[in-house]
Amino acid sequence: MSAYIDALIALPIIIPLLAGALSLVFWRSHAAQRWMGVLGTLLLLIVSVHLLLETWEQDHLVMHMGGWHAPFGIVLVSDMLAAIMVILTGIIGFATAVYSLSDIGERHERFGYYPLFHLLLAGVNGAFLTGDIFNLYVWFEVMLVASFALLILGGERAQMEGAIKYVTLNLVSSMLFLTAIGLLYGLTGTLNMADIAVRLGEVEDTGLVTVIAMLFMVSFGIKAAAFPLFFWLPASYHTPKVAVSALFAGMLTKVGVYALFRVFTLIFDQDVDYTHEILLWIAMLTMLTGVLGAAAQFEFRRILSFHIISQIGYMILGLALFTPLAILGGVFYILHHIIVKANLFLISGLTYQLKGSHELKELGGLYRSHPMLGLLFMVPALSLAGLPPLAGFFAKFIIIRAGIEVEAWLAVGVALVVGLLTLYSMVKIWNEVFWKAQPAGIGPARSPGRSLFWMWPPIIGLALTTVAIGLYGQPVFEMAERSAEQLLDTSRYIEAVLGADYIESLQEMRR
Amino acid sequence: MEIVMAFVIGFLYAAALYMMLRRSIVKLVIGLVLLSNAANLVIFTAAGLVRGAPPLIYPGELLPPSASADPLAQALILTAIVIGFGVLAFAVVLIHRAYEVVGADDMDQMKDTDT
Repeated sequence: MSAYIDALIALPIIIPLLAGALSLVFWRSHAAQRWMGVLGTLLLLIVSVHLLLETWEQDHLVMHMGGWHAPFGIVLVSDMLAAIMVILTGIIGFATAVYSLSDIGERHERFGYYPLFHLLLAGVNGAFLTGDIFNLYVWFEVMLVASFALLILGGERAQMEGAIKYVTLNLVSSMLFLTAIGLLYGLTGTLNMADIAVRLGEVEDTGLVTVIAMLFMVSFGIKAAAFPLFFWLPASYHTPKVAVSALFAGMLTKVGVYALFRVFTLIFDQDVDYTHEILLWIAMLTMLTGVLGAAAQFEFRRILSFHIISQIGYMILGLALFTPLAILGGVFYILHHIIVKANLFLISGLTYQLKGSHELKELGGLYRSHPMLGLLFMVPALSLAGLPPLAGFFAKFIIIRAGIEVEAWLAVGVALVVGLLTLYSMVKIWNEVFWKAQPAGIGPARSPGRSLFWMWPPIIGLALTTVAIGLYGQPVFEMAERSAEQLLDTSRYIEAVLGADYIESLQEMRR
Repeated sequence: MEIVMAFVIGFLYAAALYMMLRRSIVKLVIGLVLLSNAANLVIFTAAGLVRGAPPLIYPGELLPPSASADPLAQALILTAIVIGFGVLAFAVVLIHRAYEVVGADDMDQMKDTDT
């Protein structure tokens, strides 16, 4: 039984690593790499469903790597939040792998698209599952290196320029993270996150703890694209292939948000008044700047990129309010946002293939020629804006309700206004791309030159998921509720990782 | 000794930030190199500077002497150096390609994606 659990926790990391290695073995056969992508991610999805069910049953799953018990060895921990994030990686990975069959051409496959794709998924899953703060840094770097290479695949000028900003700011963030780890290790003498949480309770110099907390906040804030350090995101996310954009938009910034959730519930919960007040302001400013930035844009993917930023604000708002309902809302929001945002990017890729442009001014008349695509766009777009009965409505509803309960009126007001402005942006895209007539003088639908068949199933599948979460939200709500409980009751996490014996011996030593 | 290290680290961070704020992309990468070295020295110093006390377990003992150096911090730094090396190799290739494509070693010329 225990061996089964151990394997189950490690598999979401091992499967993409193996699939990536096999893709390298079949370097010359692009067909083999393509199907390896689909099969590998499908397998990942199946395993992640098992992991979620098993985590639901047993609360916390812990695996001690190499048999070295925590806090000395590295642990992989799956609680509800991690399991939810892993299953979302599976969903988005599978969707983009299928989409890539039509989207990614020979030219990109020749430069190793598929091995990098799998490596990225491995890094993301590793970051979600690890229970060791330095290991988290290592997985971040695995993910970053893969994303750097995916971002510049193709080698166009815009990609180079975007990549320099992306690489620089993310490396600065990594170095701040590393500095913070060094100081934290100096303070506590351990790297295991549960052990750190126990030992920080004994540290008398709370000022130093808050300094370290701020270093983590800035570092993860850059990775999550929170105000004021989000400039790398709109500079780079619209430059690579659409399948890559969708994967980045779905998963990468959410790894930063996940790390914020993990660190600011488990480790830094001593000085909540101070740290979470700052998070609250960051959340509000992130929402506002993101949505206002989007209003000024007229390029399909740039609008979507700015909306990633504004939506990150809602998630951080959930964390900042720091009540069970707010954390629940934050988790629900992450879940809904990943599916919806990846779907919108996939749709932008399909319109590009049909019309040959990402510029709103050059697009038009798509509703007349492809009414089905118009409907499929409406589902994630309205969900993003938070219209019932779609998933996004419930996500916003929970967070705003949590805000009202703690009487954070300003935050509630900002969240509502940003929701309206999001609707404005989505309607703008709808009017320009689908409703208005094809502008004169710009060529009509060009023939894309290859089959677009595989672009449809992921878009339809993700749209159906959004509707399903909206109509049958109860299981998802319960999962988010459980993860909020676990995040706020840190003693359960700590006991699961360290074991009751170790905690007892620590308490005895203190006496 | 810690005081000296603190000044060295502070100087490295300052120099790194100064280099990164220049417009030249080559200086940007030099800034990143300095930054990663500064972070490594922080780990080294924060774990405690111990002189002449290797963490060896002597015959017949179960534990190393109490004031010995901390090997874990050095393992961390080693990992960080390897990762930093890989990432910097990528960054150097990236700025080389960017220089070829844009034709200038100037951040101010690289704003196509910002508007």
